[in-house]
Amino acid sequence: MTAVSEDTSVRRAPPSGRARRGFRLFGAGLGGLGGVIATLFGLILVTFLIGRAMPIDPVIAIVGDHAPPDVIAHVRDQLGLDKPLYVQFAIYVRDLLSGDLGRSVMTSQPVTADIGRYFPATLELATVAIIIAVVLGIPLGVVAAAREGSRFDHAVRVLSLAGQSIPVFVLGLLALLIFYVKLGIAPGTGQVDVAYEGMVPDVTGMLVVDSALAGNWDVFQDALWHLAMPSLILAYFSLSIIARMTRAFMLDALAGEFIVTARAKGLSGMRILWRHGFGNIAVPLITIVALAYAGLLEGAVLTETVFSWPGIGLYLTVSLLNADMNAVLGATLVIGCVYVGLNLLADLAYRLLDPRVK
Amino acid sequence: MEVVVQNLRIAFPSPSGPLEAVRGVSFTLGQEKLAIVGESGSGKSLTARAIMRLLPRAAMLSADALRFDGIDVLNADENAMRRIRGGRAGLVMQDPKYSLNPVMTAGAQIAEAWRAHRGGTRRQAREAAVDLLAQVQIRDPGAVADRYPHQLSGGMGQRVMIAMMLAPDPELLIADEPTSALDATVQAEILRLIEDLVQRRGMGLILISHDLPLVSHFCDRVLVMYAGRVVEECRAGELARAQHPYTRGLLECLPILSEKRRRLAVLRRDPSWAAA
Repeated sequence: MTAVSEDTSVRRAPPSGRARRGFRLFGAGLGGLGGVIATLFGLILVTFLIGRAMPIDPVIAIVGDHAPPDVIAHVRDQLGLDKPLYVQFAIYVRDLLSGDLGRSVMTSQPVTADIGRYFPATLELATVAIIIAVVLGIPLGVVAAAREGSRFDHAVRVLSLAGQSIPVFVLGLLALLIFYVKLGIAPGTGQVDVAYEGMVPDVTGMLVVDSALAGNWDVFQDALWHLAMPSLILAYFSLSIIARMTRAFMLDALAGEFIVTARAKGLSGMRILWRHGFGNIAVPLITIVALAYAGLLEGAVLTETVFSWPGIGLYLTVSLLNADMNAVLGATLVIGCVYVGLNLLADLAYRLLDPRVK
Repeated sequence: MEVVVQNLRIAFPSPSGPLEAVRGVSFTLGQEKLAIVGESGSGKSLTARAIMRLLPRAAMLSADALRFDGIDVLNADENAMRRIRGGRAGLVMQDPKYSLNPVMTAGAQIAEAWRAHRGGTRRQAREAAVDLLAQVQIRDPGAVADRYPHQLSGGMGQRVMIAMMLAPDPELLIADEPTSALDATVQAEILRLIEDLVQRRGMGLILISHDLPLVSHFCDRVLVMYAGRVVEECRAGELARAQHPYTRGLLECLPILSEKRRRLAVLRRDPSWAAA
């Protein structure tokens, strides 16, 4: 009873519009954060269990097939593998929280250091790819929708359907076969020609950026040239999603009554299309682009393997083939975090930019 | 300003050949208030929108004459049409919830219409928008200009829509069921506003409506449409004495509050009404 009367007597002044928006954003961030923590915990748990359930013995992976039994027992003890599974998991989470992902057997480096070295290359590849995909995909989708049923529209639909149906590794291998092996106009695999390797100091881990920073334009050119094919192939994949979704959203928006209003106002076709049509789909598109970007960072696993691109995907594949479980767990976690983080960002952008979201 | 419509036909492609939605409508309009009444699908909206050439892409438009103040709407290029649209003729639609752009503020949408026809700076356009909002009797025009459509009531949304269409000082206003989505009390206010603005600015008005008693005292002249044709044209005051059986049927199925309750008449359609 008293609590109620107190509450009404000390009612605060209603917050201003801007402040309310801030609260809303903060609240959304908090709500999202809870979900993020739960998602990440689930991810860790599942990856950990898969890692332990796999029929490979991490001890053998370290000491080799012919080690004496006492060495095996000693290493097993060292790794804590004799403890019950839940204790092992607790130890893993405790180390994780202090930023320790364990040591990679393959590189004998801490997994965090390995990821720090390999992740920038993936980021470079995926970022270039998503920029190409957005710059080409959105106009393709918008124009296809504006000319629904035209030849251009059909071409965009076929192109994007193909992009989503053909696996990237098939495209990657075909592209290598045609442009590198047969025609010899594209560079081979890897981030840069062997002759240039290690010539510029490692600053960001992204070779194109590092060589530009060092002012070494030969390396820059070669790195850019090496980046072209894998990034174009990855871009094609995202482009097809982005173009498809843009087209679908635009068709919906252009059917709106407010488009008739915009025409009745005597606006130009371009202004109607971009300001009124695209203006209404820009925010939902952010989510699509964020998901496509996350998909690239994750989907780079196949592309990087095909192109021997020294990124997190290649690291993950090689670690997996070598039963290097700490590395596999670490790389999986990083990719998961990126995915979840981008989702959260898209969600926040939605709340911030769309005036209709309350 | 004079609108001339002669033998207007609008057809849509269908699997069984072109389907005529408007079949030979003719009328002229000066500085007066013309009502077009008729049931849904009778071609009222298409007829009115044809004057601004604002038809769906698939529509096939033909006419012996379709002129807006001497401009041949049938053959005018897109630029000439854009000067008419918004500039010389405005269109207010049924529901502001759908006809306003949901992600632009009311002020920005009005300012855009103003600038499209008059040029000027953003600041000037914004001031004009606030002024126009005041003209449609919105109490706090500065604040309303910053609101998004979802933050406006139906009546306010419709006022914003009217302000937007009046921005470039048009000579003709087409109001396509402007009050159908509104509460009864708000309906009266919006109609009074339209009447007042039309009077003061000396505009022509085409009011599309289902409401026969309303148009009979609000407008000067009434076109009654049925199945894509004008079946009757009369002075608004004489609507009660209309001759055509369809118009009579529509009038007879209106309940009258002051009369004793009896079974309402049902409209009995005659295929000959639709025949040419």
